[in-house]
Amino acid sequence: MSATTPNSASADAGIDLSQFYQVFFEEAGENLATMEQMLLSIDLTAADDEELNAIFRCAHSVKGGAATFGFADVAALTHQMETLLDKLRRHELEPNAGMVDVLLAAGDALRAQLARHQSGGEGQSIDTADLLVRIKAFVEGHAPPMATATSAQAPAAKAAAASPQPAVDAGMRLLELTVGPLDKPEQANSLVELFAEIPDLGTIEPLDAGRDADGMRRFKLVTSSSDDDLLDLFTFHVAREHVKLGALTAGYGFHSGAPGAPAAESAADANPGFGFFDDAPGAPSSAALTAAAPSPATAATATSASPGAGPETPRAAAKPEAKPAAPGADTTLRVSIDKVDQLINLVGELVITQAMLAQNSKGADGGLSQQMAAGLTDLERNTRDLQEAVMSIRMIPMSLVFSRFPRMLRDLAGKLDKKVELLQVGEATELDKGMVEKITDPLTHLVRNSCDHGIELPAERLAKGKPEHGTITLAASHQGGSIVIEVRDDGKGLNRATLLRKAREKGIDAPDSMTDGEVWSLIFAPGFSTAEVVTDVSGRGVGMDVVKKNITALGGTVEIDSAEGYGMSVKVRLPLTLAIMDGMSVGVGSECYILPLGSVIESFQVQADTIKSMGGDGRVVQVRDEYMPVLHLERVFDVPRLGTANTTNNIMVVVEAEGGRVALLVDELLGQQQVVVKNLEANYRRVPDVSGATIMGDGRVALILDTAALVRRSRH
Amino acid sequence: MYSILAVDDSASMRQMVSFTLKNAGFNVVEAVDGQDAFEKANSRDFNLVLTDQNMPRMDGIGLTRKLRENPKFKATPILILTTESSDQMKQAGRAAGATGWLVKPFDPAKLIEVIGKVIR
Repeated sequence: MSATTPNSASADAGIDLSQFYQVFFEEAGENLATMEQMLLSIDLTAADDEELNAIFRCAHSVKGGAATFGFADVAALTHQMETLLDKLRRHELEPNAGMVDVLLAAGDALRAQLARHQSGGEGQSIDTADLLVRIKAFVEGHAPPMATATSAQAPAAKAAAASPQPAVDAGMRLLELTVGPLDKPEQANSLVELFAEIPDLGTIEPLDAGRDADGMRRFKLVTSSSDDDLLDLFTFHVAREHVKLGALTAGYGFHSGAPGAPAAESAADANPGFGFFDDAPGAPSSAALTAAAPSPATAATATSASPGAGPETPRAAAKPEAKPAAPGADTTLRVSIDKVDQLINLVGELVITQAMLAQNSKGADGGLSQQMAAGLTDLERNTRDLQEAVMSIRMIPMSLVFSRFPRMLRDLAGKLDKKVELLQVGEATELDKGMVEKITDPLTHLVRNSCDHGIELPAERLAKGKPEHGTITLAASHQGGSIVIEVRDDGKGLNRATLLRKAREKGIDAPDSMTDGEVWSLIFAPGFSTAEVVTDVSGRGVGMDVVKKNITALGGTVEIDSAEGYGMSVKVRLPLTLAIMDGMSVGVGSECYILPLGSVIESFQVQADTIKSMGGDGRVVQVRDEYMPVLHLERVFDVPRLGTANTTNNIMVVVEAEGGRVALLVDELLGQQQVVVKNLEANYRRVPDVSGATIMGDGRVALILDTAALVRRSRH
Repeated sequence: MYSILAVDDSASMRQMVSFTLKNAGFNVVEAVDGQDAFEKANSRDFNLVLTDQNMPRMDGIGLTRKLRENPKFKATPILILTTESSDQMKQAGRAAGATGWLVKPFDPAKLIEVIGKVIR
């Protein structure tokens, strides 16, 4: 993998830290997502201690990793966030909306920084100077409590944009500055002022709250200046021999007398950053220590020391224990998606082999021995179970998609001056990972649409007797072999007359006799937008038609329901996975084709004379009151006819796609079955009218038909 | 072979510490927080415990206290990894019975060096 080579102290340690970057990036991403989620749900008037602690831990964890792996810019920003969050969890500050805004914006900037490091540090570094200043203002308690939503947007947008003069970049170093001993400890304050006066110098903050007992003052510096430059600068205020600069990474220590603490190191504060405690168990023994208290006595000292603290400590420790168990990090395993896909592929092959065995055994002469037959039955059951179990690896909960919406809606509602609440239902419903990735964009579009076009302005809502807050509901549920995701809002709903008028303006045939359902479906027509004003939120031309197309491409359908004045609902129905589908197999000549079962409407026998010619090659058939285009699959695929037997294909299968229907003429219906979908494009090339292939139980390859393409073909 | 219990709620830190220690020839058992570490410590012996401070469920200082209550861990070196180097934090570590501390971020060589001082 490629990543920036950070100027970490670890670079010379002989261990290549870059091997841990990927885990860090993933972990940091998760921490930022958790932090954002918690920031969005936090109740500012009664923030829970545990919540504040958890948010703090997220920032803390990212900072720790970033500092360790040398991403100084990430460390610098998270450090500032952590300082603010620390004050919040200690109740030294009260949380307010402005803080949430700036922390959210900082989260965005961190994502951009991490993405930049992950891609090898290309492009401009992210300018976080403004964010650092704003967070600091909150930390110091002199920032306005309310920041507007738009001001929260600005830094995020700015962070994403390339900045000519990055204030914090990967060239920043974390240093520990030790000053002293000084006659007057206040002398060191002039160094702090120095950093305030020279903006490019970096940041300084006291360690140990400036109150170290040994008369030494310690500070943490984040700077891009060299040691020499800094020392030259400091000389004006403090004598050079009283100033020491060291990498902050140097730190460890032992407590003298602590069990195991090495004698030489026992003078703890001599080496800031690490230490051993004098009487602690396990501290390394020393000549001096051994003389005073021989090894066994060291333990005894510790024992005798602990009763003092004993009665207090268990109670203090008991509190965190009582918290509900967090899901253990080691109960999950990260594997690459390639490995899972390979597994799925192999299981697919196994299913085919099993089906072939089952088929062959039926034809075996004199039947099979009972044991063999029982074995085959077991094999079939186990194969099915295995397939299900393996497919479930790829299943991830919808909450992963839903989780992006609270933040998006918050920003969006702020921009539009609307008040919107988001309800999520069934976020634990699982869906194939590949599907989740593809459904995210269409869903985002639908949610945006609801907020932008559906929900009215607060005043308008109040005037209509509705609550000021609009509600958008995201609901996911399993229904049979599909998942249904609904985006519902209680906004103004669709207006039949407006839709009809717009459709006619666009030259779409829209008679008054259309049913409501058909009228609602008009919004899926290409280029159709019902918004009076095209905003930058939605209605950018890539409208509902793209949403519908993307969903159809996934084998899904979209339904709209609307009640004017009360809101609308868009229901997206999707198959659970793209790797397996329910198909109907049909025979044409000696070939076998698979039709997606979901698109099959009906099948029946027809008499040749009910098929009417319509000029040229066009054929239609009358089904009840409706005329439908007819396609001879035999002709579409040029199926060779061997011999002269039964040349009339008289079975008709009606399929529906993209709102149109077509009747396919085939020889026979072979049955319904689950098929493992193999991508033809990846293994061979794109074939018109075919969406994929599968291997049948008897080992033959069958093509899976693209019903949408067939419907389009019939229109020509 | 010395066994070390490495405790950190961050997977990347845990991996890094674990890798560094294994590279240096130590046997490493990982734990994801203080509670997990406490349970693991009860089921087997360790020559050293290396723990992060800030963790969910039970923090490093809480873990140290709990371990010191068990006679088995009375003399075992316990090092706390921390991003804070404040006196307050050091005193809390000392009161809990920690052997020493190590400030994060640290460099892997330094970690081995510090451990070498307490395990021989």
